[in-house]
Amino acid sequence: MITLEGITKTYRMGRVEVPALQGIDLHVGRGDFVAIMGASGSGKSTLMNIIGCLDVPTSGRYLLDGTDVARLNDDELARIRNRKIGFVFQSFNLIPRTSALHNVEMPLVYAGEGGRTARAREALVAVGLADRAHHQPTELSGGQQQRAAIARALVTNPAILLADEPTGNLDSGSSLEIMKLLATLNAEQGRTVVLITHEQDIARFATRVVELRDGRIVRDQRSDP
Amino acid sequence: MNLFEALRIAGNGLLANRLRSSLTMLGILIGVTAVILLVAVGNGASVQINNQVQSLGANVIYIYPSNARGSGGVSQGFGTAQTLTQTDVDAINNRQQAPDIVAAIPIAQSGGQITYANQNYFAPTTGTTTAFPTVRNYQIAEGTFFTDDDVAARHRVVVLGQTVVDNLFGSTDPIGQTIKISKQSFRVVGVFATKGGTGLGSQDNVVVAPITTVWAYLTGERGKVISQIVASASSPSVVTQAETEITTILLQRHQISDATQADFQLQSQQDILNQANSIATALTLVLGAIAGISLVVGGIGIMNIMLVTVTERTREIGIRKAIGARRRDILIQFLIEAMVLSGLGGALGIAVGALLAREAPNIPAIASSSFPTPVVSAPSVVLAFCVSVAIGLFFGIYPANRAARLHPIEALRYE
Repeated sequence: MITLEGITKTYRMGRVEVPALQGIDLHVGRGDFVAIMGASGSGKSTLMNIIGCLDVPTSGRYLLDGTDVARLNDDELARIRNRKIGFVFQSFNLIPRTSALHNVEMPLVYAGEGGRTARAREALVAVGLADRAHHQPTELSGGQQQRAAIARALVTNPAILLADEPTGNLDSGSSLEIMKLLATLNAEQGRTVVLITHEQDIARFATRVVELRDGRIVRDQRSDP
Repeated sequence: MNLFEALRIAGNGLLANRLRSSLTMLGILIGVTAVILLVAVGNGASVQINNQVQSLGANVIYIYPSNARGSGGVSQGFGTAQTLTQTDVDAINNRQQAPDIVAAIPIAQSGGQITYANQNYFAPTTGTTTAFPTVRNYQIAEGTFFTDDDVAARHRVVVLGQTVVDNLFGSTDPIGQTIKISKQSFRVVGVFATKGGTGLGSQDNVVVAPITTVWAYLTGERGKVISQIVASASSPSVVTQAETEITTILLQRHQISDATQADFQLQSQQDILNQANSIATALTLVLGAIAGISLVVGGIGIMNIMLVTVTERTREIGIRKAIGARRRDILIQFLIEAMVLSGLGGALGIAVGALLAREAPNIPAIASSSFPTPVVSAPSVVLAFCVSVAIGLFFGIYPANRAARLHPIEALRYE
């Protein structure tokens, strides 16, 4: 599903070159639930941006669902993000003043696909938020907002679900709910989930933990669910 | 992304900041209102001028003596020559030579104090022949016009315009009364119906007498001068042919081979109309251009607000890009938002402008003056709307492009 080969990323800050990733090789198979861990500055955000096709690597090869995405231009990346990746962000990132239903429809709007309302409703049902479809983000609790965001991530039926600290802004109760939801999506629907976190408790839900330090993978461990 | 979706998103964005959106729209609204209103006033002036000239008769041709040239070729100025004669008038009245002319009349002008009882008034006295009402399109309201006998016998009879009657007689019936013009007595035989028209000289402020009488009693030592000939073509469409006929007749009669040396000149109502129209058009353009400046100012307002909006919604742009919006999608979204602002402002401006134009004649201060009634023309409405949408497009491109080029990671990080 995801194959990273010798991925490096170097940022240029003025005259100084800052290496963020120094040769990442990683394979994530279909149906995997991977947690990428690491302290801040370990390069996990950079890795997430690259996996999420928000950024391109300085060197290396990145195959996503059979497509080499390392050398695509902005619009091609946008298309890949739209079709193959479902984002779940720490701060939910729902579009303000727009109902949950419309938020969930949004990726389909950019995909130019039909039957949007029905599919968006379906996704909301899947995350257990059908009764809040017409509420705006400000009228939803944190947990509910994150559920809506997960529904939005799922609606295009993407190859991977990419969750960046999805519980970072939630209380422990809601965190548990969200992680259970992600685990269920992985276990019952076979969704590939890549989770980025720095919390052990959260990483526990994954079936595989990859730890980054200074831009390199220092641990890659499978655990039984 | 289809247009409907784009409009919905734009509408949402605009509704999120109602006050700001309305104020921005107000800028365009005022600009468009100004354009519609000022162009309507210009059009109104044009219509007013047209009506006045038409009321003088669109088929009338004036023939003036041209600049007299002394033996040394020194021009002595417009109208100084006395080259027109009664035989010229007779020749133009010859249907064989001038088939497109209905009638031609000589005119001799004289000023003079007019008195009746203890009232006195000043109006020009026009000496002419019996075809005057036909040529100049006057109707007799009371009494009769003078006859060929009156002309032949130099009878001292006059026909008065309504303005003169009002000033001299008040409620007295003027027919059969005797008035004095330059101390000579004249009997009033008729009164013209009101023609209306202001500005270019009222057509109701006239005193008309037989030309022979004017020559005999009023022009004095200046003799039997014909200051102009007025001819009427059989219809406004044959004015040009009629002018050619007159020119041919007069050049031949005055034995002039070179038309540029003619000792007379023609002016038709059409010429006057054209001149007046070109002035009115220029006026409309100038007014429109001045109003156009406020449209540009409104456009800058839109650009300003769109820049603020793009900055405020950086994060939203990042989200949209993360979930698959391409540059073009973002560009179109913000362009449409700008165009909805300006288009809506434009449409409201047209409505307000048209309303003001319609209500203007009901405002007492305007109704009592000779201010032209504004006329809103369809092309100005269509143009104003298109221009306002185009302004949204033009001033929206820069902010929209700025939004479209945002990098998704940086946009997502923006607080």
